Amino acid sequence: MKVPATDPNTMDAPTPDDALHLVKGEGPIVAADGRPLKASLRRALRREKLRALGLVAPLLIFVLVSFIAPIADMLFRSVENQIVADTLPRTVAALEDWDYSSGEAPGEDVFAAFYVDLSEAVALKTHTRLGTRLNYEMTGMSSLFRKTGRRVGRFDTDIYADQFAALDPAWKDGAAWMEMMSAPGIESVLPETASAWQSWLRILENEGDDPAEETPADFVFTMLYRDLARGADVSAYNGPGADRLAAAAAAVGGFETVSIKEQFLKADKDWGDPEVWGVIQTFSPPYTPGYFLAAVDLKLTPHGIEKQPEEQQIYVMLFNRTLFMSLVITGACILLGYPVAYLLSSLPLRTSNILMILVLLPFWTSLLVRTSAWKVLLQQQGVINDILVWLGLVDDANRLILINNQTGTIIAMTHILLPFMILPLYSVMKTIPPSYMRAAKSLGATNWTAFWRVYFPQSVPGIGAGSILVFILAIGYYITPELVGGTSGTFISNRIAYHISSSLNWGLAAALGTILLGVVLILYWLYDRIVGIDNVSLG
Amino acid sequence: MAAEASDDAFVVFERVQKSYDGETLVVKDLNLSIGKGEFLTMLGPSGSGKTTCLMMLAGFETATHGDIRLGGVSINNIPPHKRGIGMVFQNYALFPHMTVAENLSFPLEVRGMDKATREEKVKRALDMVQMGEFGGRRPAQLSGGQQQRIALARALVFEPELVLMDEPLGALDKQLREHMQFEIKHLHERLGITVVYVTHDQTEALTMSDRVAVFNDGVIQQLDPPDVLYEEPQNSFVAQFIGENNTLEGTIEAIENGIARVRLDHGELIDAVPVNVNKVGERTRVSIRPERVEYNPERMPPDAHTVRAEVLEFIYMGDIYRTRLNVAGNENFIIKTRNAPDQRRLKPGEVIEVGWRPQDCRALDA
Ligand SMILES: Nc1ncnc2c1ncn2[C@@H]1O[C@H](COP(=O)(O)OP(=O)(O)OP(=O)(O)O)[C@@H](O)[C@H]1O
Ligand SMILES: [Mg+2]
Repeated sequence: MKVPATDPNTMDAPTPDDALHLVKGEGPIVAADGRPLKASLRRALRREKLRALGLVAPLLIFVLVSFIAPIADMLFRSVENQIVADTLPRTVAALEDWDYSSGEAPGEDVFAAFYVDLSEAVALKTHTRLGTRLNYEMTGMSSLFRKTGRRVGRFDTDIYADQFAALDPAWKDGAAWMEMMSAPGIESVLPETASAWQSWLRILENEGDDPAEETPADFVFTMLYRDLARGADVSAYNGPGADRLAAAAAAVGGFETVSIKEQFLKADKDWGDPEVWGVIQTFSPPYTPGYFLAAVDLKLTPHGIEKQPEEQQIYVMLFNRTLFMSLVITGACILLGYPVAYLLSSLPLRTSNILMILVLLPFWTSLLVRTSAWKVLLQQQGVINDILVWLGLVDDANRLILINNQTGTIIAMTHILLPFMILPLYSVMKTIPPSYMRAAKSLGATNWTAFWRVYFPQSVPGIGAGSILVFILAIGYYITPELVGGTSGTFISNRIAYHISSSLNWGLAAALGTILLGVVLILYWLYDRIVGIDNVSLG
Repeated sequence: MAAEASDDAFVVFERVQKSYDGETLVVKDLNLSIGKGEFLTMLGPSGSGKTTCLMMLAGFETATHGDIRLGGVSINNIPPHKRGIGMVFQNYALFPHMTVAENLSFPLEVRGMDKATREEKVKRALDMVQMGEFGGRRPAQLSGGQQQRIALARALVFEPELVLMDEPLGALDKQLREHMQFEIKHLHERLGITVVYVTHDQTEALTMSDRVAVFNDGVIQQLDPPDVLYEEPQNSFVAQFIGENNTLEGTIEAIENGIARVRLDHGELIDAVPVNVNKVGERTRVSIRPERVEYNPERMPPDAHTVRAEVLEFIYMGDIYRTRLNVAGNENFIIKTRNAPDQRRLKPGEVIEVGWRPQDCRALDA
């Protein structure tokens, strides 16, 4: 009958005999099946835990995928900046030796590196994206990259190709190049050429062409000239075309030359501006605080952190406005919701259920419809103004402006968020027995004192819960401010939406979102410190 | 039965009626006067209107009709907080967000007393209920009995002349309950306050009260001191409700010289005291207390009526024997006898003669 009890399902039931062993047993207490009691208990608990985990697993996975992952992605995007180093790897490396404070544009080496990088980027069409990215930091970058991109293929550097071909026509032969560039040791002899050759291969691969049949682009010849002119030790190379290379090395001294830097300056004189290079240098690291600085109206410049120009400082103002208006909305919800919740909780169940339906009714209508209804009600020729004019409270000539400003946002959002205040309040108030108020009155308290000293303190957890809900919902609200907020009533979230869908500056949108998240967490922490989160009852 | 509004009456209900829904009267024509310093208990089954009466007195419900006077002044239009009535609620209603001391200090604070006086009075009240060290605790940190005492102290701390208690001991276990009954009674005697007490525990009512008002169906069935209530129930409801009781049904055959002759449905003819029967031929319910029934021939009172009875069941209960008999067709006829050395234990199946004095046998309404 004693099966080895490994599978819990086939475990033997304890027998009275086992129990006897248990009592008489010395040393660690053992369970009925002879295992140590602790191990048995752990195993039993583990099964419980696994079952619990199994039950929550679908939700857990869903939350991970749909909530945690996007937030992590957002946090990552808010600092991520690999595009510069990815698109201009050689330039970024070359710029390390350049000192911005010198006040002069970098020298020929940087331009040479930039020439190769940009040539590849243009062929792969990544230069416009880079231009857009850098344009966030300095206006004009986008068009600068676009314009130069159109010219970079027509630089006067073609003279190098012609001069090499004049030495030996084989220099125009792609197959010969292939042979030479795939020989071992060539990178150390002709480093810039080898690097440019890799770019050339990627360009051809992107176009689906065979390198053996194409004459390399001008930038490859330019780099070859630079390597040889710098006095590359061609004797160290003895692979295919070594003779040709040696001949070229001997001849480059007499070559006609062209300055790459000048070519760029000819394409656009802005390349002579050290500011442009300063920006590229500043934003070359793969991670940058630039988005966060931009989100608080600062900017990262080559001189360090600076304030944005006055007319571009909007984010701090928007954050302040969002916080302030969310507080006002929360306050309005408390003021309007508290009496309603009180009434609901003190009425008999049947009546309160009917009223509760009225409270919940807004939930059953589309948010868009409700918000649009407010437009109809609040506009200057709208229902509310009409009534006020009709009552003579407002002069027809200066009707109230209730929409497309902060007032409109506050009115509409208070209405929309009111149920989130009423429901937790109601659920808390429902649990306060009426005998407390009676007791207070029997002890001599007036209605007001009884309410304020006895009822109200007990309803505070409801206010806390409702306030947290309303405030956090309000701070991230988007549709309503968008529709009824005009320019003065929009929230930070509207700006985030703009950056996500219109300006496509996702990094800034992510930074703004991260700050918003941080603000909410800080407020939550403060709230916990001041009110105590145990004092919040969510029902 | 109705209390005449005597001059020294402190609380007076006069022709008070109460209806919640406008259809049924929960309290019907209540007349009651309570003397100063009296301990009056309202006793009755659930839903009989006890709490409603208390709430009307405290001011949380308004009487639909009639007048309630406190110290000679009609209080119908005085709001609860000006009535100065202490109240102990069934669930204690201690404010959970205040400490015990704050709870006690609350009624003093709203009366505008200064801090020193408040502290002094709170301390005295806490000492009075032997809870002196518990001032700093929250109500949730107290046991049921301790909460009960705090509720009591809070109702007394502002020295009201009248204290209402609505089943204050309902939530306590038997032992604690008996202890608290004693303490409340003791406080009442010491402080000389007037107490109106609601319970549906009849032992509690009998042991604590000066007078007990038995409620049923919104009407006071009987208002008397406990002994009178027990010995001389005025109708069969009271007889049934208070203590244990044997009933035999029959018809009045004659009433003469304060003695009613009752022909039991089973055939026997017995004598009884007519209480609320007055016509020959009227149906009646004759009530006899179990401890007034005798079966030992040697102790049988000389003028006793005897009836044949068959023993059905004998229960040993320690201090008493409880025997169930079949008497005149009633198979639930109980007799209780003291456990004494000379007392015989009856055996089931035995046929005996039981008897009682006619004075102990009351002919009540059917
Ligand atoms: N607020 C109310 N609205 C309507 N009917 C009520 C209300 N309060 C009490 N009643 C009804 O009035 C009757 C008397 O109630 P009351 O509370 O006075 O009874 P009680 O004697 O205190 O009973 P218990 O011993 O169960 O506390 C009951 O039938 C009850 O249903
Ligand atoms: Mg009651």
